[in-house]
Amino acid sequence: MPNIVVLVKQVPDTYSERRLTDADHTLDRASADAVLDEINERAVEEALLIKEAQGGEVTVLSVGPERATEAIRKALSMGADKAVHVTDPALHGACLLQTTRVLAAAIGKVDGVDLVIAGNEATDGRGGAVPAMLAEVLGFPQLTHARKVTVEGSEITVTRETDTGLTHLRATLPAVVSVGEKINEPRYPSFKGIMAAKKKPVDTFTVADLGIDAGEVGLDAASTTVVEATPKPPRSAGQRVEDAGDGGTKIAEYLIGQKII
Amino acid sequence: MSEVLVLVDEVDGEVKKVTFELLTAARELGEPAAVVVAAPGTAAKVRESLAAYGAAKVYVAESDDVANYLVTPKVDVLAALVGAKSPAAVLVPATAEGKEIAGRLAVRTDSGLLIEAVGVESVDGAVVGVQSIFGGAFTVRAKATRGTPIVTVRPGGVDAVESAGAAAEEAVEVPAVDPAKATAVTGREPVVGGDRPELTEASIVVSGGRGVGSAEKFDVVEQLADALGAAVGASRAAVDSGYYPAQFQVGQTGKTVSPQLYVALGISGAIQHRAGMQTSKTIVAVNKDAEAPIFEIADFGVVGDLFAVAPQLTAAVAQRKG
Repeated sequence: MPNIVVLVKQVPDTYSERRLTDADHTLDRASADAVLDEINERAVEEALLIKEAQGGEVTVLSVGPERATEAIRKALSMGADKAVHVTDPALHGACLLQTTRVLAAAIGKVDGVDLVIAGNEATDGRGGAVPAMLAEVLGFPQLTHARKVTVEGSEITVTRETDTGLTHLRATLPAVVSVGEKINEPRYPSFKGIMAAKKKPVDTFTVADLGIDAGEVGLDAASTTVVEATPKPPRSAGQRVEDAGDGGTKIAEYLIGQKII
Repeated sequence: MSEVLVLVDEVDGEVKKVTFELLTAARELGEPAAVVVAAPGTAAKVRESLAAYGAAKVYVAESDDVANYLVTPKVDVLAALVGAKSPAAVLVPATAEGKEIAGRLAVRTDSGLLIEAVGVESVDGAVVGVQSIFGGAFTVRAKATRGTPIVTVRPGGVDAVESAGAAAEEAVEVPAVDPAKATAVTGREPVVGGDRPELTEASIVVSGGRGVGSAEKFDVVEQLADALGAAVGASRAAVDSGYYPAQFQVGQTGKTVSPQLYVALGISGAIQHRAGMQTSKTIVAVNKDAEAPIFEIADFGVVGDLFAVAPQLTAAVAQRKG
């Protein structure tokens, strides 16, 4: 009966325009629509599939502003049992190292965790590194970029899929898993699920609750700092021609002129 | 001059192009030292090409454990070298595995992690990573505030330039694996790469979108790609419609590419797609709709039917290449 923690994150919708704030070069979260990252829904789905087959409990964990509540509610309405939400103004501008350490500390608040499941890459930061970093902090094996997960007793096997192909992995629990796009098709929350989610417990923690000094996190204590951020001048349109039966030839002439071919 | 560690990306002794790009970038910061963490016998195969791109040193950490365990043996070796050699920076390719190696190394050495750099600079003695974020909408320069800067560099972000290096070898031990924390690799099924270059490494990419209309008609995209020696890409709309496999998707939720030439066929150019390709050096677009946003960023655009224009271009390219 594995005890599973699923990481979820609210991200700006990739279909809306995303900006950086002028003040401190952090993501302007107000400028874009926020959604539960697609890949997180697959992480939640995988946790629910394991729970439905083997029992156990699914806890949703999110570190983020107040607005992350929506992502948490979505995961709960899909069927997760409870949630932990770490929210603290001190986290503004947190770097990847800090975020990872906060996640690890919050996972420590959940009893007897066997499995941590996350999406393989958030669409906003695109670090693709947080699940591996979390495994490093927790001292757990990492089974990342999974397209298939099998848990049998204390053993976990995963088929990892990356650009280079498939890799078959095996480790012992507790472990950190990240799931890829092809892992499953997430379910839609049912009306019953949405109603039930409203009664499910959400524990809210500040960083101090996790035993972390607020001065150790956030922009000022970050392990990286932005020296400058410049919006790129928008690419301007070049030549455009109507195809009059010679469009392909025109392109070839252009490419030859540019010494590309 | 201090050393800059470069993690070598190779497959069966064949060095990936991104390694040469990293060695080129490393020269901006100090003396490039290539780190080969691989199966026994690999260094002998790769040393010459590392020398050709300016590796002053080659640290050789060879062990069967490297193939038998995921990610951690490479982290262990790099962490030991960071401790022993105090390098100015560690450069790692921003591949799926490279990002994980860099992330774990940053945790272990308590160092700043600069991700997805498209270049590195030395500014007043500090290592600065240049990042192109939100699909090229912002250029950000960032530096580490503690530890050794760990930088993941995007394939294609830096142009590889040859420069002779001594490539002096030094053997390094691969630390023993802790089975409770490690993940065993029990099998591999490498992608059988066709004759086309890899999407993120290609210098030319030809992509098709919704306008291609069907999986069968993607032929027209592939034929142009093959004439140009290019990789084939697809927009999210094309992938979602089942025209082309998901691993070829270019865009915010797919691959980010920045080739010398990007040809967009039947792609409208939604923000989603532009985020994955707008840092391409030259963009050519063909679309029936004169209002398509792709034309706002195209260096050369043709308003017309891609099924008329692309084959004509394919023929012209084939003729030119003789």
